[in-house]
Amino acid sequence: MSTPDKNGVDAHTGTSTTGHEWDGICELDTPLPRWWLYLFYACIVVAVIYWVLMPAWPMGNGYTPGVLGFSDRANVAAEIKALQAARGPSFKRLNAASYDEIVRDPQLAEFARAAGESTFGDNCATCHGAGGAGAPGYPNLADDVWLWGGTLGELEQTLRVGIRSTHENTRLSVMPAYGRDQMMNAKDIGDVTEYVLTLSKARDRETPQAVAAARGGVIYQQQCVACHGATGAGDRAFGAPSLTDDVWLYGGSRQEVRTQIELGRGGVMPSWETRLDPAMIRALAVYVYGLGGGEAEPAPQPVAAAPLQPTAPPATP
Amino acid sequence: MNTRQTAGDVGYAPLAIGLILALGSVLTIWGAARTHDGPFAIQMYTAMAAFLIGIFALLRAYILPNPATSRTRYEDGVVKAGVIASTFWGIAGLLVGVIIALQLSFPAIFYFEDLGWTNFGRLRPLHTSAVIFAFGGNVLIATSFYVVQRTCRARLAGGPWAWFVFWGYQLFIVLAGTGYLLGITQSREYAEPPWYVDIWLTLVWVAYLLVFLGTIWKRQEKHIYVANWFYLAFIVTIALLHIINNLALPVSFADSFSYSAFSGVQDALTQWWYGHNAVGFFLTAGFLAIMYYFIPKQADRPVYSYRLSIIHFWALIFLYIWAGPHHLHYTALPMWAQTLGATFSIMLWMPSWGGMINGLMTLSGAWDKLRTDPVLRMLVVSVAFYGMSTFEGPVMSIRAVNSLSHYTDWTIGHVHSGALGWVGFVSFGALYCLTPWLWKRERLYSTALVEWHFWIATIGIVLYITSMWVAGVMQGLMWRAYNELGFLEYSFVESVEAMHPYYIIRAVGGLLYLFGALLMAYNLWRTARGDAPEAVAVRPNAAPAAVAAE
Repeated sequence: MSTPDKNGVDAHTGTSTTGHEWDGICELDTPLPRWWLYLFYACIVVAVIYWVLMPAWPMGNGYTPGVLGFSDRANVAAEIKALQAARGPSFKRLNAASYDEIVRDPQLAEFARAAGESTFGDNCATCHGAGGAGAPGYPNLADDVWLWGGTLGELEQTLRVGIRSTHENTRLSVMPAYGRDQMMNAKDIGDVTEYVLTLSKARDRETPQAVAAARGGVIYQQQCVACHGATGAGDRAFGAPSLTDDVWLYGGSRQEVRTQIELGRGGVMPSWETRLDPAMIRALAVYVYGLGGGEAEPAPQPVAAAPLQPTAPPATP
Repeated sequence: MNTRQTAGDVGYAPLAIGLILALGSVLTIWGAARTHDGPFAIQMYTAMAAFLIGIFALLRAYILPNPATSRTRYEDGVVKAGVIASTFWGIAGLLVGVIIALQLSFPAIFYFEDLGWTNFGRLRPLHTSAVIFAFGGNVLIATSFYVVQRTCRARLAGGPWAWFVFWGYQLFIVLAGTGYLLGITQSREYAEPPWYVDIWLTLVWVAYLLVFLGTIWKRQEKHIYVANWFYLAFIVTIALLHIINNLALPVSFADSFSYSAFSGVQDALTQWWYGHNAVGFFLTAGFLAIMYYFIPKQADRPVYSYRLSIIHFWALIFLYIWAGPHHLHYTALPMWAQTLGATFSIMLWMPSWGGMINGLMTLSGAWDKLRTDPVLRMLVVSVAFYGMSTFEGPVMSIRAVNSLSHYTDWTIGHVHSGALGWVGFVSFGALYCLTPWLWKRERLYSTALVEWHFWIATIGIVLYITSMWVAGVMQGLMWRAYNELGFLEYSFVESVEAMHPYYIIRAVGGLLYLFGALLMAYNLWRTARGDAPEAVAVRPNAAPAAVAAE
């Protein structure tokens, strides 16, 4: 079938071949398909029109600018300007208003939450999770348990200076690594673990051993009381967590509590003051504030519904 | 391997190869001794071992020549080796692809803290280099050595140099791949190997060019067949791209690190001039050469249009080389360069389709064979995918489209419709043709298995590219969405989360494609072994007859 006849014409198509043959392969002398050729020309015409309209060909000292005067740089500048014009006044108000005023002004509060949500997603959610639900080692921001305080002013302060960050006024708390640094022996750590369990609601899961807990109580009163308090209620002044609830940064099983006493772990949150402008930090505070108020409840209008905070807006440096 | 050649024109070849290997051994010993860098020392020892084995093999071939192989009409041993290597690297590359697809789908499960070298960052270049350079490169070298001999009616020029090219290329692959796992990379996409591997590849590639040109030089045909134009364009241009993009200054000759000769946006443009033309000349021109030989051969029909092949060849060669800037839309690259990249890509549409038309229309008069010959069907479907992705490419090069598609999985889908559909299928088709021809078998061990391979792989491709299209468009739309207050609607991590189901579908698609390739490997192995073809009533394949006729 493939072999052309003696005049070099292919029987099936009636087209003549070029007369060459390579390893049994011949080539037909079919003309270029017209539609192909015209589309090719059309593409070239499109390209030439585009060159006339847009910056296109390099010249000795520059390039052909195109008759439309199109410029990416100018377009981006215009878009940024438009966005600034749209958002600028609201940011200005956000910066000037007290938190009280923000909370009372539904429009401004909504703007603050929108700004905060967008910023939170690309800066905070990496550690705290989408919606601020937290993860082991990263505090849940959606419940009402706070290490450093949950008022708008306190949130703003935490955001500005960070935790264990490089900021000079950073929030700072350091729990000793009692096990790793050999400040307590293994038995004592076990005893303190049992005592901590008796303080917390975790005792319903992890039944403490009474005798060990009694021994641990003595050690607790010597070693832990300064920060966590006599009743284990914690102290926000030091960022010391309450041990009486069942909310745990590094887990609430017997083993996890023990590991924390051994290692004294503490996370780091950067200072956002140098990365975000003051108005954005305030917006973030409003957003994070709105996340709280019950672990399960997403709170559609949390800021308006929440009791007003008596905090005056701290002076932003 | 038997490298001894009887013809006098290659008398000094073993000596020259021996000198290269000896010099390589000395330099690698020096490098291993001088370096303070553990991974670099491993690379040097690997290369040294390869050079020493090479010297041993060379001596053995000299002392114990096998006259049977040097008297054959054509040098087919190196082509057989290429078929085996292609199959091996193909499966290895696809396997790594499936692993990294699973890492993206289930990052918590497929992350191994204690095995740093299994990180996505190291496995991803391993996957791309394995499928493009190890699999694709071996297919190109093997088929080019086969096709140039048949269509020139001349034995490969240079005697043992063809074997030097083959084994030298495998060494390049091993050094590049193990280097990635050790953390050695120069961070240029598709050009990750460090400076000493680049130098070695340059040497191998020049030898490849000379073997190929030498064979064309001594051809006993008046004209050069179109497939050889494409192979030659591929070899010459890849040499040019490789050398220029890898111009660099090592910090020390006993260290893997080097500084690029270019900086800033010039560096980016050089890289994407290289990157896009690796697609154009490695994955397009080279595989079009395969198409131009194996489709007319398997269909037993003349090529549709000689005139079209000339016009689309020169148009493709001329236009492709300018299209690279479309990878840098909306970046620091001056806009005039972006315009040129986009417009040359648009003008490239019809020259690309010229190859598709010539491939598809060659079947005119033989369409019925698609029902019964799954190998031919694979070759033809590859051309259809080629047509699809060479239409999609110019569309994506338009700046407005690119602003949506760039940096999204749409690009990944586009690349894989070309890679799995076009490059993969045309290669599988060629391997299915070559195995019975080279091992002198009447036909493949099992046509039914080819059918299974075809359908499983096709379903795999469809799952892969549709999921990536949806994922990519969704990513693009999520990233650019603003709410009415002027803030981004979605955070980046939300767009990552939204990709999860599509990444799973993609992994399933890749798994199917890998499974198809395993079926092929089994089938080819049984064919080469000479196991009796299954007793299925299939129309006898025309290929063995055509081989006998030559």
